[in-house]
Amino acid sequence: MSVKQVSIFLENSKGRLAEVTRILAREGIDLRALSLADTSDFGVLRIIVEDPDRCLAVLKDNDYVARVSEVVAVEVEDRPGGMSRILDVLDEAGLNVEYLYAFVAKAGKNAVVICKIDERERALSVLEAKGIRTISSEDLEST
Amino acid sequence: MIWNPDYETLPGEDLKRLQDERLGTLVDMLYRRVKFFRSKMDAAGVKLGEVRGIGDLARLPFTTKDELRSGYPFNLLAVDLREIVEIHTSSGTTGKPVVDAYTAGDLDTWAEAMARTLSAGGATRHDIVQNAYGYGLFTGGLGVHYGARRIGATVLPISGGNTKRQVELLRDFGTTILTCTPSYALYLAEALREEGLSPRDMGLRAGFFGAEPWSDTMRAEIQAKLGLAAYDIYGLTEIIGPGVAFECERQEGLHVNEDLFYPEIVDPATGRVLPDGQKGELVITTLTKQGTPILRYRTRDITYLDRSPCPCGRTTVRMHRLLGRTDDMLIVRGVNVFPSQIEEVILGIEGVEPHYQIIVDRRNQLDSLEVQVEMTEALFSDEIRDLERTEKLIESRLYGTLNIHSRVKLVEPKTIARSEGKAKRILDKRQI
Repeated sequence: MSVKQVSIFLENSKGRLAEVTRILAREGIDLRALSLADTSDFGVLRIIVEDPDRCLAVLKDNDYVARVSEVVAVEVEDRPGGMSRILDVLDEAGLNVEYLYAFVAKAGKNAVVICKIDERERALSVLEAKGIRTISSEDLEST
Repeated sequence: MIWNPDYETLPGEDLKRLQDERLGTLVDMLYRRVKFFRSKMDAAGVKLGEVRGIGDLARLPFTTKDELRSGYPFNLLAVDLREIVEIHTSSGTTGKPVVDAYTAGDLDTWAEAMARTLSAGGATRHDIVQNAYGYGLFTGGLGVHYGARRIGATVLPISGGNTKRQVELLRDFGTTILTCTPSYALYLAEALREEGLSPRDMGLRAGFFGAEPWSDTMRAEIQAKLGLAAYDIYGLTEIIGPGVAFECERQEGLHVNEDLFYPEIVDPATGRVLPDGQKGELVITTLTKQGTPILRYRTRDITYLDRSPCPCGRTTVRMHRLLGRTDDMLIVRGVNVFPSQIEEVILGIEGVEPHYQIIVDRRNQLDSLEVQVEMTEALFSDEIRDLERTEKLIESRLYGTLNIHSRVKLVEPKTIARSEGKAKRILDKRQI
């Protein structure tokens, strides 16, 4: 199972990140997780929100280039080696992680790791086969 | 159809001999009759009798638009005013207008040049020509008029504007040929559509569009919307008006009436004559004009010449459709860069929209060229690597065309200023 991520193109200049978060705040959109990757020119803001489709519509209304894509979300036990095990499984299967970022789920003590993997379907089945729990958008709501 | 095969298909050697003779006569006449040209030739150290042909042309001085203006109104006349039968002028929006004074012989030349132009697009005496170029001091209206008369077609001298009336005539008179600016052709197509008229309801089969730069994309749109073959024509008041160059049925470059108007391409910065195929500024010498002949006129239009044989049978040189104006030219690290070249590259990349800006700066005595391109849905990726690849792709395509390195920067949508009409694409921050 996978979750929907919203990614947004931002220029790497003063105040751009603040402006987009201000717009989302005004619309009552809660950021569950956030990651920013950047170069000297531009950045890509990736966020996990409750309602990605509405979030996308809000962004487009404000002239941002943004898109919704499916990413793999994995629950990671909060103990040494938790992350390493997951990466080992993916590595053994020859799967390449484009990027990843983590956040702590609301109630639980576990962390959630978001991974962008090209062969998403295969990654999901490899992880399931090794007993690693992947999370859906619905799961995320209740965590 | 070739209107005048005697001249238009003249073998290269014969054409050159004719041009040599005509240039000799022209230089002689200008030296004797026009003080302005005599002073310039003296200053350039050119002696009468030394100019024997086209091979000597590069030794002769250029003529600029400012010089023509300074001759306002009649200082550049090569004949007595009594010999002049008609006068046209440029718009004069940027200063004193340029005066083009025609003798009866010049009007005859003009009609000939335009008869060749219209015939090349298939016009004959059976056609009804709706001439929507402005009549008046502007050369477009009467130039087309004289050419259409010469071939014996029926002319509707409706002039520009009055779109409702244009639509009526198109429908009721069965107009077969439309002449106007390309942008007006599109405007007219829209008006026809609103009247519920499709190309099939009309008899249009050819259109001659000029007086402003246009593109192949625009041609395709005009052809589809009006159901005609759209031909590009080129001319300028300073030389004669429309009739300098025209497309044949191949629509692959404009044949220059080079027995009448001799074209050269020069480097706009140095004035050096460039070989065929190289882009530069078009320079024209009028070979047969009597009223206001001109030596090596700097048109400020950018194009290149192609002397490869055309399947249509004409032996005259072809110029590429206009690529831009020298007024817009940038010199970056000593290399001439035309914004149109950058635009061509950018619009050739899938997913890019025509919103970009060119920024030239100079740091530590070194010029930098930055091209900002707006991000679009189609270009976007959530992976940095893909975006950097897009930047690199545009950079390498630009290098392939410009031969200098540029830095491409992706920017957020709608951050590049939109302006009414002509977009301000260039920001030159250099303090030179």
